[in-house]
Formats: sequence, C-alpha cells, structure tokens
Amino acid sequence: MSLSIAITGAGGAGVISCGELLLQGWAREGGRGLLRKAFGPQIRGGESAALLKLTEHERYTAATSYDVLLALDWNNFSRFEDEIRLRPDSWIICEPDEDIPAAVLALEPRIARLPIAALAAQAHSDGRVNMIAVGVLGKLLGLSHTSLAGLAAQKLGHKPASYQQAATACIAEGQQYDLEITVDTPRREAGNRWYISGNQAAGLGALEAGVRFVAAYPITPASDVLEWMAGGLEKVGGNLVQAEDELAAINMTIGAAFGGVTAFTATSGPGLALMTESIGLAVASETPVTVFNVQRGGPSTGIPTKSEQSDLDIALHGLHGDAPHLVLAPLNIADCVYTTAWAVKLARHLQTPAIVLSDQFIGQSSAIVTEPRRCEVQLAAKRADDNDYLRYRLTEDGVSAVAAPGEPDRRFTADGLEHNEKGTPSASNADHQRQLDKRARKLTAFDYGSDWADLNGNGEVALLCFGSASAAVEEAAALLAQRGFTTRTIALRLLAPLPHDALHAALEGSSELVIVEQNHSAQLWRYLRGAMDFAQRLHSYAIAGPVPLSAELIAHYCEEVLAP
Amino acid sequence: MNDVITFKAKDYKSGVKPIWCPGCGHFSVFNAVTKAMAGLGMNKDDTVLVSGIGCSSRLPAYVDSYGFHGVHGRGLAIAQGLKVARPELTVIAMGGDGDGFSIGGNHFMHACRRNVDITYVVMDNEVYGMTKGQASPTTPMDWDHSKLTPHGPGVRPFKPAALALAAGAPWIARAYSGNPNQMAHLLAQAIEFPGFSFLHVLSQCITFCPQQTDWKAIVNERQDAALEDEDEAARLFLHEDGFQTGLLYQRQRPTWPPEAAPPNDPDLTGGFRL
Repeated sequence: MSLSIAITGAGGAGVISCGELLLQGWAREGGRGLLRKAFGPQIRGGESAALLKLTEHERYTAATSYDVLLALDWNNFSRFEDEIRLRPDSWIICEPDEDIPAAVLALEPRIARLPIAALAAQAHSDGRVNMIAVGVLGKLLGLSHTSLAGLAAQKLGHKPASYQQAATACIAEGQQYDLEITVDTPRREAGNRWYISGNQAAGLGALEAGVRFVAAYPITPASDVLEWMAGGLEKVGGNLVQAEDELAAINMTIGAAFGGVTAFTATSGPGLALMTESIGLAVASETPVTVFNVQRGGPSTGIPTKSEQSDLDIALHGLHGDAPHLVLAPLNIADCVYTTAWAVKLARHLQTPAIVLSDQFIGQSSAIVTEPRRCEVQLAAKRADDNDYLRYRLTEDGVSAVAAPGEPDRRFTADGLEHNEKGTPSASNADHQRQLDKRARKLTAFDYGSDWADLNGNGEVALLCFGSASAAVEEAAALLAQRGFTTRTIALRLLAPLPHDALHAALEGSSELVIVEQNHSAQLWRYLRGAMDFAQRLHSYAIAGPVPLSAELIAHYCEEVLAP
Repeated sequence: MNDVITFKAKDYKSGVKPIWCPGCGHFSVFNAVTKAMAGLGMNKDDTVLVSGIGCSSRLPAYVDSYGFHGVHGRGLAIAQGLKVARPELTVIAMGGDGDGFSIGGNHFMHACRRNVDITYVVMDNEVYGMTKGQASPTTPMDWDHSKLTPHGPGVRPFKPAALALAAGAPWIARAYSGNPNQMAHLLAQAIEFPGFSFLHVLSQCITFCPQQTDWKAIVNERQDAALEDEDEAARLFLHEDGFQTGLLYQRQRPTWPPEAAPPNDPDLTGGFRL
C-alpha cells in the first residue's frame, strides 16, 4: 500500500521544506517514499506543492490521486488541479474560515478544519504555518517530536536561534492539536538508505567517475545538478566555470576535455539545442564530454518546471552531418548515479560526446533509496607507446590513442575540419570515408555488457520504455499480471548506439510490444521502427507531459489493444 | 629580446602549407607568432593555440605545438576551459574579426571581463574572407564591394579596443601585419602578461580589400608608455582612428579563477546518508 499527501501553499510559504522534513522523519523510522516538487512559473508569490508518496518499495511513480491534501491557503490551487487528483475518501485539511474551491467540494471529500495561522501565532511570535503542518502531519504518520524537531534544527542551522525555537514550538503545537482523523500508513523496515534527488545523484555519479571540470549556464530544471557539483568540486578538487551562455559552456567543456581533464556540463532542452553544433565538434575532434540534459516540457520555453521525455529526437538526431555519439538515460533517481558515471566513463574511453537524458520528474524529486549502485567498470584510456604518434590513427576497434597538451612528442591540432590520421585538414574522399567509418566503428564495436537495459520477466506482452518511464511501466506490468497477462519489461538505459542484437534477444518469445514514452510524437517508437525489424505486433503509448505517466492508464491502454 | 635567441622561428612551424592567398597579412602574423615563441624559448609541448573558423583560424595547424581548431566563434570558450582546467599550459586564442567580434562577440566581452590568463590575437582584415568577401563588424559603412551588401553595410564599424576596455580587459595592444617585428615583440609581452591580453592585429586582405595596402601610410606607432588610466584609455579608444599601434593600455588586476582552497573532504556521500 501507499499513502499520498499533498501540501500546497503560496510560493515561499515553505511547503517544500515541510515535505522534506516529513519525508526525512519518515525515513529515519524505516519508511520509504518520494517527494515531488511542483512549482508554478513564478519565483515568489506563485504557488508550490510538496507531493509526498509514502510506499513500501522503491519503485517510485507519481501518485495518481491523494489521500490527504493540506492546503495552507487556496490561492492558485486551481493550477494544481491536473496534478492533485482527489477522491471522495480523501481528507482535506484547511483553515476553518477559508472557502474551499467548488471543484474540490464537488467531490464531497472528508474535511478537517485546522486553524493553522492561529496555532502558529499561539506557538511562537515568529511561528510559521509550514511548521504547524509538519507537526500535524507528523502526528498523523506517527513520527516523534524529537526526530522532527531535530531535523528542523538541522535544516535551520544557518539561521538565528530564534528560527529553530519557533520551528520546535510550532511542530509541538501541531502535534498536540487533535485533528480527529487517522490514516493507514505503509509498513516500515530499517535499512541503509539515502535521501537524494536525481539531480544530486547525477552530480555524484559524475564526480565519482572522475569529472573535475564543469561549465555551467543556469537553466530550469538542471541548475541544481550544477549547484550541487559546485560544492562537490570544492570537496574533491576541480573547477566550475559559470559560462556566459550554453555555447560557451559546451566549448569550455570541450577545451578542458582536450586538456585531458574529465569534463561535464548540464542543461535542459533549449540549452541542448544551443550546444548541438559544438557537440558535433566533439564528435569530429574525438573529444570526450558528457552533456547531462534534464528534460522539461518543450518545444521552446515550453513548460520549464514540468517533466517530459521529448528531447529524445534532438539527442539522437540533432547533430549535423553523420555524427555518431552516445545517448543514455537513467531509469530512476538512484540510477542517476550509475548511468551518469557510466556515460562519463564511456565518453572518455570512446572519445566521443555522451548525452544523458534525465528529466524533471526524477531530477527534481527526492526519494528515500537503498544506497545506490555504483559504476565499477574500469575503462582505461588508450595510450600510444610508439614514437610515430597519430592522434586519429585508424585502428581495428576505431579507438585511437589519446594525448593531452604537455605530453612530449605527441603534438597535434584537434580539428572540426575533416582530417587525416595526423589531424591535418583534408577534404579527400579517402580520409573522409575512413574517419567516418572509424568514428562509427568505435561505438558499434564496443561491448556495453548487460547494463544497456533493465529486464524483468519473460511474458508474451513486452513493455518497452527508456529512462524515467521505467517505474510506471514496471507498475503497469504488475497490474497487467494481476489481470491475467504475462508480461516482460525492457527499460533502455543505452539508446545510442542501439543494441540491436541484445534487444532482439530480450524480445524473443514475446508476441506483443508496447512502446511507452512521455512525449507527443512517439519519438522512441519512431526511432525503433526506423532502426529495427520486429516480429511482434507494435503498439505505441505516447502521452506528453506535464502530468506524470500513470501505470493505471498504461495498463488500461494495454488491455484495450491486446483484447482478442 | 635578440640577445639570447637559441631557438629559431622556423623550429616552431609544423610544415603544413597555409591556405592563405599571396599577400595575406596572416603570413606575417604566423611569422610573428613563431618568432615570439622562439624569442621566449617556449616549450612546444606546453603551448596550445586555439582558434575558431575563418582564414586566420587556420593558423594553429601551421604551428608545431598543440592546437585546437574549433567551430566558428567559440575559440575563446575552448581556450578558457582549457586554461582553467590546465593552468600550467600557455594558451593563445586566435581568430578573425568575424569570428571574434560578430559570432563570438559575447565570448569576447566575457573573456575580457573574466580575465583568465590567456592571450587573444584577432587578425582584423575588416572582411569575411573565407566566405569570399562579406562585410564584418569592423568594415567601413560605405564599403560596397560585397554582393551581400551592395550599397555598403551602412552600419557603424565596431571599435574592438573600446569594447575590450569597457568589458574589463587589462592589456590591450595593436599591431600591423606590415610590421612583424613589432608584432612579435608585442606578442611576447602579451604571452608573458599575467591576465587576459588582447592583441588587435590590422592584418590586410588584399584579395577582397585591396585598398588596405594604404594602411602602410596610415599606421602610426605609439611613442608614449601604455595608458594605465581607464578614463584616458576610453577617450583614446573612442576617438582615435584605430591605426595607432603598440601597447596602448595596461592595468593589471586579479586573474580568474582565484587560487582555490585545497580539496577538503573526499566523502561526497555524507550529506545523503540517513
């Protein structure tokens, strides 16, 4: 079972802090759960929502409806109507004298009135309503005052002592208030767990894989990858440059990588579009860079604070010319550590850019996760041992020996112009064919092992997806199994080069293939149809954001198309 | 600098044949670069020449050092990323007026401001040569030799030194392709200057702008010491004819990045563990 709680209020009212404290308190007592953060486009004075889903497992999908809604106020609540679905048995907790929106009342939910502002004022002269909410909801979850007050003190550690006193008093006040409602809470069990967001996990994976140079241009929802790395680099050494634009960011990354330092940048759709010309330069000059793209609703400015998987097309096909490169996608929050580290290592070894497709859903959500798996694969850079050094030497596996400035007798000029083995610009047919072959071969000849996808089951109905859709797909498969279907799931972590043979093998014995993705134009479905022949009957489930993928809707779709 | 030459300019040439037209000013920049490198006795393995796209951006391949020939307008970004990541290297960025002042204008401005310790050489011939003669940001308003702007660009030309000063460049000099010795001398100073050094080179393109042969008569060498005062320099750069050569402005300020504290904690995961 799971328990979903939404906390809403004006931007700046502290609903996100409230959600964080509750989830951390819940986790300290062995619980598991997810915190999604929903924001309007305004920075302050808009609206925000902390969307908690407490679970008994770590297959984190967005809640499709909420058991409890605590509204600090009702201003702008209508903007969350799509996301915060309520039911007649949902509990609404709100101020006694505030009018509940008609759309909410129409559902005839259960209502508990809570004098939030009055309790805050009564508890402390600097009392804040969000800490009353922590107390009230903490009590509902059976969390101790000591634990919640301790977490609040930690969170407010940098503020004057009066803030901590006010928080402690408000949490106590909220916990003492008798709201006369109860909820069923999921089972808890102790474990070695972390509290981390996907964007933090990506930064961690990158630094653990050896990234020591980051170029950054702020963009929602990727800025927090870069902000976390700024602090991380101070711990392990290295440099972060705030660039003047994404064109500078990608080229600074290329410059550092040319210098032999493992380099990384993070961005979102519009920034990726600006970077693509120079990602082509990284392909041609064989410079390893990792571009971590946190997808949001597009095109153009789109819906910057909401999730979508609609940058697959540009990541796969956005470069000009024939430009083979790596495209990977982390499957969930914890997997951001593994997949990002893997991408960095593959890019470095294969001397090509890697684009990693995360998204706002896993990027900006925080979750309680079992200590994430690390990428232990060791890939040494190929070094030349002769004195006849050729930077772009044609080799059987397509990978040439690297050299960086400072190394004696290895001098070369890296070039975006087509070149010969030495790097000298060349427009000859032979050099162009050979270098194109080499750059393609080094990616296709490499053995990526078994981590190209996560596979589960061997049923007749195959559900295939990439990246963050995997949790909803796993949940849909479980629903379908309950309804009499035998299923298998394939969640792609490696999208380019496409592991054709492994994918064929994974599909062997299935008769139906449902391709699930969160975008409007079925980008994965089109990619796979163009790249491979399938023996299965193909079905496309492609739904754009911003509402998260729903396992129930995916299962419903499958039942419809698979009905005899 | 002629006292202790043990290296010769030709030792620094890679042997790749330049694509430039006969009479191109960039030959003399190429000679000045190799002469300055020889004069300073620079280690070829620790030197990187970085460029964008255009006639002048071909230069790195002709020098026997490490090099990076990137995409149009982004040479400065590559150069700064490289220098920040590998501060012990000597990094020289170069390109043309279209590359540096038009498509790469934003990077020029921010490189001046950021003050990473690199040298930037712009070979300004007031024209896009590689694409066969279109107006650039420094082309005179009435230059009507391009099919793209047959009545002249009609836009006031850009003043690179004034912009560099306003953006915070701490070292600004100008050289002329007709005086390679002065250019080599300025380049050597630029390379040794701790900070972002901007060398604006008037480098003639007689193919598309034959009138630039007249520059020989117009250029004048600055006799006074370089200005240190920003106000005086602003007055000079806004009102001069753009043909004064020499070290024009120099005012040292802290480079970026500042020296970082040593890494303080190898454990990145502590903040996540519950």
